[in-house]
Parts: sequence; structure tokens; C-alpha cells
Amino acid sequence: MELLQGMWTSMAFDNLYWGNFVMWTIALTFVYLAIKKGFEPLLLLPIAFGILLVNLPSEIMTPGEGLLWRFYHYGEEWAIIPPLIFLGIGAMTDFGPVIANPKTLLLGAGAQGGVYVTFFGALALGFDINQAAVIGIIGGADGPTTIFLASKLAPEMMGICAVAAYSYMALVPVIQPPVMKLLTTEAQRKIRMKSLRKVSKLEKIFFPIITVIVITLVVPDAAALMGMFCFGNLLRESGVVDRLSLTAQNELMNIVTIFLGISVGATMPAEVFLSPKVLGVFALGSIAFASATATGIGLAHLMNLFLKEKINPLIGAAGVSAVPMAARVAHKVGSEADKKNYLLMHAMGPNVAGVIGTAVAAGMFISVLK
Amino acid sequence: MANIECPMSGKVWKILVKVGDTVAEDDEVIILEALKMENPIYAPEDGVVKEISVKEGQQVTEGDVLVVLE
Repeated sequence: MELLQGMWTSMAFDNLYWGNFVMWTIALTFVYLAIKKGFEPLLLLPIAFGILLVNLPSEIMTPGEGLLWRFYHYGEEWAIIPPLIFLGIGAMTDFGPVIANPKTLLLGAGAQGGVYVTFFGALALGFDINQAAVIGIIGGADGPTTIFLASKLAPEMMGICAVAAYSYMALVPVIQPPVMKLLTTEAQRKIRMKSLRKVSKLEKIFFPIITVIVITLVVPDAAALMGMFCFGNLLRESGVVDRLSLTAQNELMNIVTIFLGISVGATMPAEVFLSPKVLGVFALGSIAFASATATGIGLAHLMNLFLKEKINPLIGAAGVSAVPMAARVAHKVGSEADKKNYLLMHAMGPNVAGVIGTAVAAGMFISVLK
Repeated sequence: MANIECPMSGKVWKILVKVGDTVAEDDEVIILEALKMENPIYAPEDGVVKEISVKEGQQVTEGDVLVVLE
């Protein structure tokens, strides 16, 4: 009898409360969305499992001891993993469309307007200034940057904002098209763009070098993200280190994604996640996203006032940095208006520029707020 | 006589016509895969397929001739 009692106390049922069960349900819903609906499964599945683990009574997130705490501490608090992901993204990114049409850099910056709109919205709702910055950056639709900024400014917001950023990335094809159609006319959506010029290898090699020099001089706090991003891109474009480039894109990226996902999930115990603030974050996140889409399109309209060769304003919406989803959406909405309009590669310009734009916006927040 | 040119770089995923087929304007001729997205390429005008210049699985870039119509 005593033995049974001992076993019962060593088991952990007593330490659970209703909130943990709610979190299990959320974790299982994420598992379902990842497997059945294909919602960003590479991240959502590890995140979901992290949520499940941290809502079981264990010491897995105990500071200084727990396994997931160590992943979290060294990977995210030390801000190591997000820049490594940027290394991989850099190695995957073809800057050809940006180099061929440098005007698209402006569009990538334009969409960051949504970040600032949301920043002020979050301030108005009573979030403190650091939290507001992290919520705003969700509008850039860039998971690693969101996590990076949270680690610097508001670690307590990391899990929630990461989930919001990745959810909205998965919802790009749902959130963007209505905003895009509202802000453009049928005739504007039909604008066909002139084919992109061929970009030489030399230009592609110089692009990451010049970019990292300029951006680091202007926004030193973006150096970790942009340094890795440009380094990855140089590995790719150099053509002589395919092994490194492929490792950065595949194996390394996959390895750090595992650590990132599961430990970001583990930052969401019920006590933290089940607060009214979370609803605020999700509501603001969707505003961030819609307004980033809107400011990107707005800037494209503005540029068209001055350009002889009009750009299709839809590609402005691709300035959010969900690559390549946002470019695909721009293409798809364009082809609905005119099925022989191929905007995909044109939209890739603002899209990859948006990655840079979001990292710069994050660097600016860090330099002002830290 | 018209060439169907490739509108953007990608990979030829499916060829939907054979030499000798009659196609009408706006018929889907080829499906191009770019950025994991299937993009149909349409015939620019009515005609008969004279030549198919690419194979399925082939990488193509903007401006490449995919199909010749007459």
C-alpha cells in the first residue's frame, strides 16, 4: 500500500491544472494543422511538441537544469539560432530579381510601414515599448527576425510572437488577397512588366558584400542577422563552395530548426500563454500583416506616379518577407486578372528585399530601445 | 507561325501538347514549375504545334523558345 502511495506521489498528476489541459489541446491542434493542413509543418510540429512537453509536469524548462531550457538559453537567449537560419536563407536566396530591378528594394522597405503602424497600435493598447516593437515586427512576417528581436527586447514575448509570426506566414494566401484587391484596380492588376535583364555573376558576388557593408554601417544592430544572411548568399554565389552553401541551406538549417522549434514551443507554459495579452498579440499581428501589405502597395502606387515604365502595384504586397509565399500570392492575384501575366519573378524582388527590410527594422528597434 | 516563349525561369513540368496538335488561343500548352508553383503557359494564338523545343524536366530561362506553332 505504501508502495502504491509512493508511486502516486512520484507521478505528477497533482501538478497539473486546467490551463495545462488547454495547452495540450492547443498543441494537438497545431499537430493537426501541421500534419493534415500542411501549415508550416517544419516549424509548427516542433513548436507543438515543445508546448506539449512544457505543459507536462517536469523540469524540462527549469533554468540551469532542463534540457529544453538549455536549448532555449544557448540557442535563442544568446541569439545564435536566428542568425544561423539567416545564413541558410541567404544561401537559398537569389538576389537576381533585386539586382535586375533595384527599385524593388524600395518596395521591400515600403512594406515595413506596417511594422511601425502596429508598433504604435500596440503602444496604444498598453503594451510596453519593447513588447510593442516585437509585436510590430510580426508584420514583417519573418519568424527568425521576430525571435531575434524578442530575445533582445522582450524575451517573455518570444513564444507568442513566434507562433503569431509563423501562423500569419501560413495565412499569407488568406490575409493578403482581399487587401490587395481593395487597393488596386483591375487595370492596375493587369499591368505586365518588362522582362528582367540578365544579371552577371560578378554582380551577384558583389551584392552581398556591398549590402553587408552599407547596412552594418547604417544599422550596426542588424549586423548579426545581415552578416550571416550576406555570408550565406556569398557562399551561394561564389560557386566554389557548394558544399558549404548546401550545408547552410539544408543540414545546418534543419538541425537548428529542430532546436529552435521545440524550445520556442517550450516558452509557452499555460501560465504564460493563457493571458488576455495573447489575444491582443494575435489581433495586432493580423493588423501588422494587413497594413504591411497595404503600405507596400501604397508605395508601389506612389512610385508609379514618377515612373515611366509602370510597375504592377501587386508586387508591392510581396515586400513582406514571407519568401516565396508573398511573391506567389502577388503572382496569383495578378494572373487572376490576366492569366498571361507572369509576375512571379518580378515579385521576388520586393520579396527578398523585404527580408533585408525586416532585419533592418529590427536592428533599428534594437538600437533605439536596448 | 508563332513561338511560345518562356515568360520566366523555371523547370518544364508537363508538356500538354504533341507535334501536330491543333491549339486555340489561350489553351494551356506547357506547365512550368517555378518556386514550387505550377504556372500554365498559354498559346498566344490559334495554330498547329510544329515543334516542341524542350523536354519535361528541363531547366528553362526567360525568352527560351518552348514550342513553335504554325
